[in-house]
Amino acid sequence: MSRHLRSSLFSYGIVVPLTIVLAFPFFWMAVTSFKRQDQIFDPKRTWSFDPTFDGWKFLFQQTKYLTWIGNTALVGGIVVAITLVLAVPAGYALARLAGRVGQSMGVAIFLTYLVPPTLLFLPLSRVITKLGLQDSLWSLVVVYPSFTVPFSIWLLMGFFKSIPVELEDAARIDGCSRLQALLRVVFPISLPGVLTVVIFTFSLVVNEYIYAITFISSSAHRTVSAGVPTDLIRGDLFNWPSIMAAILIPSIPLALVYNAFLNRFIAGFTGGAFR
Amino acid sequence: MATVAAGAARGRRLRYVTERRGFLASFLISPAVLFIGLLVGGPLVLAIYLSFTHATAGSLSGKSAGFSNFTNLIHNTLFRQAVWNTFIFTVISQLVVLLVAGVLAHALVRSFRGRWGFRFLVLLPWAAPVALTTTGFLWFFDPLASIFNWFLIHLGIVSEATKPNWIGTHTDAMASIITVHAWRIIPFATVIFLAGISSIPAEVDDAAAIDGATGLRKFWYVSLPLQLPIAIVAVLFGIVFTATDMAVVYILTNGNAGTDVLTTFAFKTGIESGSTGEGAAVTLFMLPVLAVVAIGMLFFAKRAEVT
Repeated sequence: MSRHLRSSLFSYGIVVPLTIVLAFPFFWMAVTSFKRQDQIFDPKRTWSFDPTFDGWKFLFQQTKYLTWIGNTALVGGIVVAITLVLAVPAGYALARLAGRVGQSMGVAIFLTYLVPPTLLFLPLSRVITKLGLQDSLWSLVVVYPSFTVPFSIWLLMGFFKSIPVELEDAARIDGCSRLQALLRVVFPISLPGVLTVVIFTFSLVVNEYIYAITFISSSAHRTVSAGVPTDLIRGDLFNWPSIMAAILIPSIPLALVYNAFLNRFIAGFTGGAFR
Repeated sequence: MATVAAGAARGRRLRYVTERRGFLASFLISPAVLFIGLLVGGPLVLAIYLSFTHATAGSLSGKSAGFSNFTNLIHNTLFRQAVWNTFIFTVISQLVVLLVAGVLAHALVRSFRGRWGFRFLVLLPWAAPVALTTTGFLWFFDPLASIFNWFLIHLGIVSEATKPNWIGTHTDAMASIITVHAWRIIPFATVIFLAGISSIPAEVDDAAAIDGATGLRKFWYVSLPLQLPIAIVAVLFGIVFTATDMAVVYILTNGNAGTDVLTTFAFKTGIESGSTGEGAAVTLFMLPVLAVVAIGMLFFAKRAEVT
């Protein structure tokens, strides 16, 4: 047996079973989503069932799912904009202009990313009430940047450090001011980094759960992550096929973009900016 | 004329100011720092303040409570169980993650047909929103129609009478929660391990081969020490993601069957029962974990250079 073949077999032997275990829940969600509500508990119908779109139809016609998707997209869009406005300049300045102080500040900002929402939700819920934002999507718009901005600054710091400083020097020799060099030379070639931030900020918003259930109380104002476990589960009858569809719809596209941007994401987590 | 001249002068001055590194830097950084200070630093201080008060729902202050919130908690057996559960869930799930992700990463690093597809499938549990996938597990753990029980029964491991009640009894529910946590963190750890393995330069492998190191010896003395820092960083993140998560326990068991953790205990005390002060005191028990992780992160991240 050739060495290459043996190596491939080793990989398949480990990767295939583990992948099946990790991905099986999604396969079973897909199967369940096409079952009829009256067959899901039938032990004789575990694998042989009459496929139907009833669960999917129910989700879009009888629940507020589309509203939740819309709310999530709205909050996500605004939070992405706020995050970019705050994090792009800060990430650049920390990487390039602030020297050693910038390095320590960058680390400090990274550490704030470790402070979890579960530690801040109680005081924040009081602040949100004082501001009169309870049960409003604006409460989420205000609070979400508190975790998207630190993560994005960290990601962008690493990204800006990977752009050769000679590019800016050349622009300045040609008569650009620092600000012009930033706007005309650095930002255009930073687009991949900015796109990474857009995608991960958005996915963090879709993922967020605790603020969404603490601040929002009415079904019409929920996001997907809060609406599905709260309002689809608390009903009298669990419509499991629709719930499975509701989980799959945001999960698959998110996994696709994660896969596409994986390398930048890894650099963001593993200290691309520590150098 | 005069205003034009003044405007030009102001333009020059502005230009002069933005040419200074320090000024431009603070001009670009301060909005973000201000925002983070206001929305992370502020609430953190407020949480510490509230934990020393008898504040209740709807108010930002309350009668001073001294240390009574903390002493009450320490004597509360339910709280002690929540601390213990948080510890158990975090430690066991991360050990599972370390083992599975380590093996999976070493297999995925080799090139073989269909690697992209496998990577996509492996990433799914991490990329999908945790509150949603946990809701999915609620169905997989259903007492009547659990698909896991279907497999266990058909493999002859359990019978209809002895099948586990995944989220009903204490031991089974603990195992279920650990499984869900491990399942969703494994992809994250795998891709980070993967980056660590691929960042080892080929020259190191060659040098080890020339010096006669092969197989396990090479792994133990050459590969492992080089991969260790980045593996530790991944595990430290895993610890934070598990210890501070509320969605998994809250959705799966709502803390029933003795499965409460710090976060669900804080949510129930602070939001559902409205005892803000006591709830804030509960959340502060997460701080020591975060401090240890932060120190570990600073120590190891510098050694984990990945490009």
